[in-house]
Amino acid sequence: MENIVIIGNGIAGISAARHIRKLSDKRIIIVSAETDYFFSRTALMYVYMGHMKFDHIQPYENWFWEKNNIELVRAYVNHVDTEKKQLLLDGSRALQYDKLILATGSKPNKFGWPGQDLHGVQGLYSKQDLDLLEVNAPNKDVCKRAVIVGGGLIGIELAEMLRSRDIPVTFLVRENSFWNGVLPSGESKMINEHILEHHIDLRLGTNLKEIVSDENGSVKSVIIAETGEELPCDMVGLTAGVTPNIDFLKDSGIELGRGVKVNRFLETNIKDIYAIGDCAEQHEAIGNRRPIEAVWYTGRMMGETVAQTICGNKLEYKPGHWFNSAKFLDIEYQTYGWVFSERGKKDYEEHFHWRHSSEKICITVAFNKENNRFLGINTFGIRMRHEIFDRWLTEERDVDYVIEHLSDANFDPEFYKHYEQEVVSKYNSDFGKSIALKKKSLKRIFQIN
Amino acid sequence: MSTYDRSMALTGQPPKELSRNQKIATLIGLFGLAIILLTAFNVDFPNKSLWLSISLASITIGILWFSWDMYSQKEPGIKNDGVWFKSISSKGFWGWIAGISLTSFYIILYFFPEYLGLVQKGNNTGVIGLFDPLSRALSGNPASQWFVYGTLYTVAILAFGIKFIWKYRHNRYERIRTMSVMFFQTAFAFIIPELMARLNGSSVLNGGSLPYYDLKNMWPLNYYNFEGYRIKGFLSSGDIGFALLIFGILSVFVISPILTYKYGKRWYCSWVCGCGGLAETAGDSFRQLSDKTVKAWKIERWVVHSVVVFVTLMTTAVIYSYLGNDTSKYWLTKSTFLIGVGVLLTSVFALVMIFKREQFQKDAKYGAIGYLVIILALISFHFFSGEGQVFLFKSETLRKSYSFLIGSIFSGVIGTGFYPIFGNRVWCRFGCPMAAILGFQQRLFSKFRITTNGGQCISCGNCSTYCEMGIDVRAYAQKGENIVRSSCVGCGICSAVCPRGVLKLENGPLQGRIDSNQVLLGNDVDLMTLVNKK
Repeated sequence: MENIVIIGNGIAGISAARHIRKLSDKRIIIVSAETDYFFSRTALMYVYMGHMKFDHIQPYENWFWEKNNIELVRAYVNHVDTEKKQLLLDGSRALQYDKLILATGSKPNKFGWPGQDLHGVQGLYSKQDLDLLEVNAPNKDVCKRAVIVGGGLIGIELAEMLRSRDIPVTFLVRENSFWNGVLPSGESKMINEHILEHHIDLRLGTNLKEIVSDENGSVKSVIIAETGEELPCDMVGLTAGVTPNIDFLKDSGIELGRGVKVNRFLETNIKDIYAIGDCAEQHEAIGNRRPIEAVWYTGRMMGETVAQTICGNKLEYKPGHWFNSAKFLDIEYQTYGWVFSERGKKDYEEHFHWRHSSEKICITVAFNKENNRFLGINTFGIRMRHEIFDRWLTEERDVDYVIEHLSDANFDPEFYKHYEQEVVSKYNSDFGKSIALKKKSLKRIFQIN
Repeated sequence: MSTYDRSMALTGQPPKELSRNQKIATLIGLFGLAIILLTAFNVDFPNKSLWLSISLASITIGILWFSWDMYSQKEPGIKNDGVWFKSISSKGFWGWIAGISLTSFYIILYFFPEYLGLVQKGNNTGVIGLFDPLSRALSGNPASQWFVYGTLYTVAILAFGIKFIWKYRHNRYERIRTMSVMFFQTAFAFIIPELMARLNGSSVLNGGSLPYYDLKNMWPLNYYNFEGYRIKGFLSSGDIGFALLIFGILSVFVISPILTYKYGKRWYCSWVCGCGGLAETAGDSFRQLSDKTVKAWKIERWVVHSVVVFVTLMTTAVIYSYLGNDTSKYWLTKSTFLIGVGVLLTSVFALVMIFKREQFQKDAKYGAIGYLVIILALISFHFFSGEGQVFLFKSETLRKSYSFLIGSIFSGVIGTGFYPIFGNRVWCRFGCPMAAILGFQQRLFSKFRITTNGGQCISCGNCSTYCEMGIDVRAYAQKGENIVRSSCVGCGICSAVCPRGVLKLENGPLQGRIDSNQVLLGNDVDLMTLVNKK
C-alpha cells in the first residue's frame, strides 16, 4: 500500500488528506509540530477574545481521524532525505514515504528590526503564538500598551483582539492609508475611520525604527523612524506579512525560491514530492494571482487538486474566479473577481464607488472601460452571493448588467435594509446612464426554468 | 484550553470585568428579587401593590441598566467578548449557582407551591399573596403559583428581550424577531387569557366558563388541550368556546403545516413560542453551552421522537377515556376515534415512506416502523380486550406520568433550570414534541433552509459554537452544503456571528435545497464537474 506523508495539518494538508481518503485506501500520515489536531487558523483570534474555546475551532471531533484511518503524528521534521525517501523526525526517528506533500504554511515576517527577538515581541500565526500572547498580553495591567507593526489583515485582527481586553493599542502602518496596496482609496479610508472608532491609536505613514530593551531583555518601548518618538509599551506585534515556512528544506535538494517551487501540477522538482498551500510558490503566477497565495481558500483548493493527482487523475491547479473575505473589526469584507487598488490598477480598469452617507457600508465595482466588462466587486458591510458573482464572471457580463441585477446578488439576512436603489442612482449619475434596478428574482438566483 | 484564568470573582479582569454601573445595576436587580425572597419567608409587606411594583420595577431596571452599560458604549456588532471567560456563561462557579437556584425554584413551583404561599381555602400568603393584587386587577381572581410564574416569565422575556435587541441592534432580523416573541408572550400568553377569564359566566359565553387558553400554545406542546375538563369548558361556552376548540384543532393540522412549509418551523419556535421566547432572551447568554457532538445528536433524535410517541399515546388514551360508545348520542365514539387515529398515523407513515424514503437513515426507518407497530398494537387493544380498557395502562396513569415526567421535570426543572449548564434549548431540542413534529415537516416539507455562500467558509466554528440547538453548522458550511435540519429553530444567530457572511436563512425553491458539494465553488470548474457529478 502506498504511503502518503503530509507535513502540516493546516487547511491545505488536511484537505489533501480528506480527499485522498475519499478517492483511495492509501496509507495517510500527517505530521505536525504545532498541534495534535487540525484547527482553523483564521479562528485563533476568537479564542483570545473569549468567543470560543480552543476545542471549538477544531472542525472535526477527535475520533474523526481514526475512523477515517488518517494517522496523526506530532513531531517536528528536521530533514527530508529525498534519496532515501525518508523524513527525520525530532532529530531521532525516521519516517518513510512513497509520496510526500509539503503543506507547512507560513511564518511571520521579520525585517531585521533592532530588538525584533526580545521578550514580548511576537507575530500571530501559530497556536504557539496564541499561547505566547496570553503570556505577553494577558490583561491591561501586565500589558499597559501594545504596539502593532504592519497594517494588514493580521495586524487589524491583533488590534481587535487586544482591544477586547481593554489593552491600549498603537498601530503603526507604513502606508499612508490602511491596506491601500490592496484596497482602493475610498474603502481604505473608511477602514481608517473605523479603526479610530475602536479607540485604536492608528499611525499612518509610520515605520518602526527599533524596539528598545529593558534590563531583562524584554520590550520597554519602540522608536518611530519618522519622528524619533519613543513609545513605551510591553508588547510588540509584528504583523508585516508572512513568508513560507521552509527553512528545514534548505539542503534537501528541493528547489526553493521564497517558497517551494512548484509547477501547475503542484509538483516540485523532485519526483513524488508536492507542495501546497501557503508554502508553495508557482514558477509563474496564475492570471492575476500572486505566485505565493497565502489564503485559506487557495490552500483548500490546492489540497483538493493535489489529491486527484496523487490518486491517479493527474490534474493541473486551475483555480476558478478569485474570491476572498475578511472582517475589519465590525465590518465584513468580501471580494469577487479582481478589484485593484490605485497602486495595482490596470490601464483598462475603471472603478465605480458607492458609500453610504452615514453607515460604514460601501462597494467598489471594477470594470473594463474599453468594453464595459465587469471585472470584480469589493463589498463592505453588505454580504453578497458567491454563486451569483461567480456566474456573472463566467458569463462575462458587462457592468450595466451587474448593476441592474444587483438585488439578485444580495446575501444579507432577511429584513435588512437594501441599498441597491441608491447604488443604481449613483451609478446612473456618475456615468450618465439610466439603468432601472430589477427586482430580486428567486428564479434567476436559483436558475429555475 | 486558554491559559487565561477563569476566576470565581464576579468582578474580574476585562473583558469580563463589571463596571461600576453594572455593579449598581446588579444590586438593584437583586434588591427586586430580595423582596420576593423575603415574602417567601412570610415577611408581610403592608402595601402589596406598592411592594410588588417596586420589586418588578427593580428587576427590570437592574437588567436594563446593566445591558445599557454593557452595549451602549460599543460599536454595533457581535458582542461575544469574554463569553468563555465569565464563570456565569461558561459553566463556572456562578453558572452552577444559577443552575441550582433555578432548578430549586422549579421544584418548589411544581411540587411544593404551598411554600410559595398557596392557600387552597382562604387568602394566599407569601410570594403568591404578594401577586394577588395584580392578579385581581387582571382576571378578578386571586393569584396562583402559575400566575406568579407567568408574571416573572413575562418580565424576564421583556427585560432580557430589550437586552437582546441592544446586543444585536445592527441586525434587523434579530430585532424584529425579538419584538415578536416579546409581543406574543405579553399579549397571548399573559394578558389575553387573564382577561378571558373575566368573561367566564357571562352571557357572551352562554354562562359557560372557558379553560385558561394561551391561543398560540398548540397541541402537543399544550399536551392538555384536549383533556375532558377543557373540552367541557369549550363546549359549555357557546360559539366562542366552540370556535376556540376548532381553532385548537386547525392550528395543529392546518395552520402550522402551511406556515412551516412556507417559512420553516422558526415561525413558531423562535418567533411565537413562549419556551422559545424565554430561551432566546433570558437564555441567550447560555446558547454556547449546547452539546455539538454527533453522540448528542443521536441521543436527541431518539429522545425527542419518543416524547412524540408518548404524547400521542397519552392524548389518544385521554380522549378515548371520555368518549362514549353510543353512536346515537354523539357521532364520535371510542371506536371511530381510535380508527381515525390509526388511519391518520398510518397514512402519514405510508406517504413519507413512499415519497421521502431516501431521506431517512436506516435507524430512523427502523425507529418509525417500530413505533408505528407499537401504537397500532396498543390501539387495537381496545378491539380485542372488550370494554373499558385501552392500552396497557389507565389513561389517567398515562396522563399523570406524562405531566410529571415531561410537563414538569423535562420542560421546567431540566429544560429551564439547567440553562446555565446544558444551554438554553435543552427542552426544545431533546423534549419538545411540538418541535419534533414541526421539525419533521421542516426537514421534509418546507422551503426553509440556511444557504451556505459558495466557498466562503473558513471553518472558524462561531456558527456551531453559538447554535443553541447544538447543530454542527460548520460541518455543513465547510462542505458548501446548505443546512436543512429538523431541529433548526431559525434564530439566525449562526448567520449573525459568521465573520465572513457565509450563512443566510431563506425560503427558496425545493429544487437544490440541500445542494451538497465535495469540491467547493471557486475551484477549477472541471474539477468541480468531475467530483460533484452524482
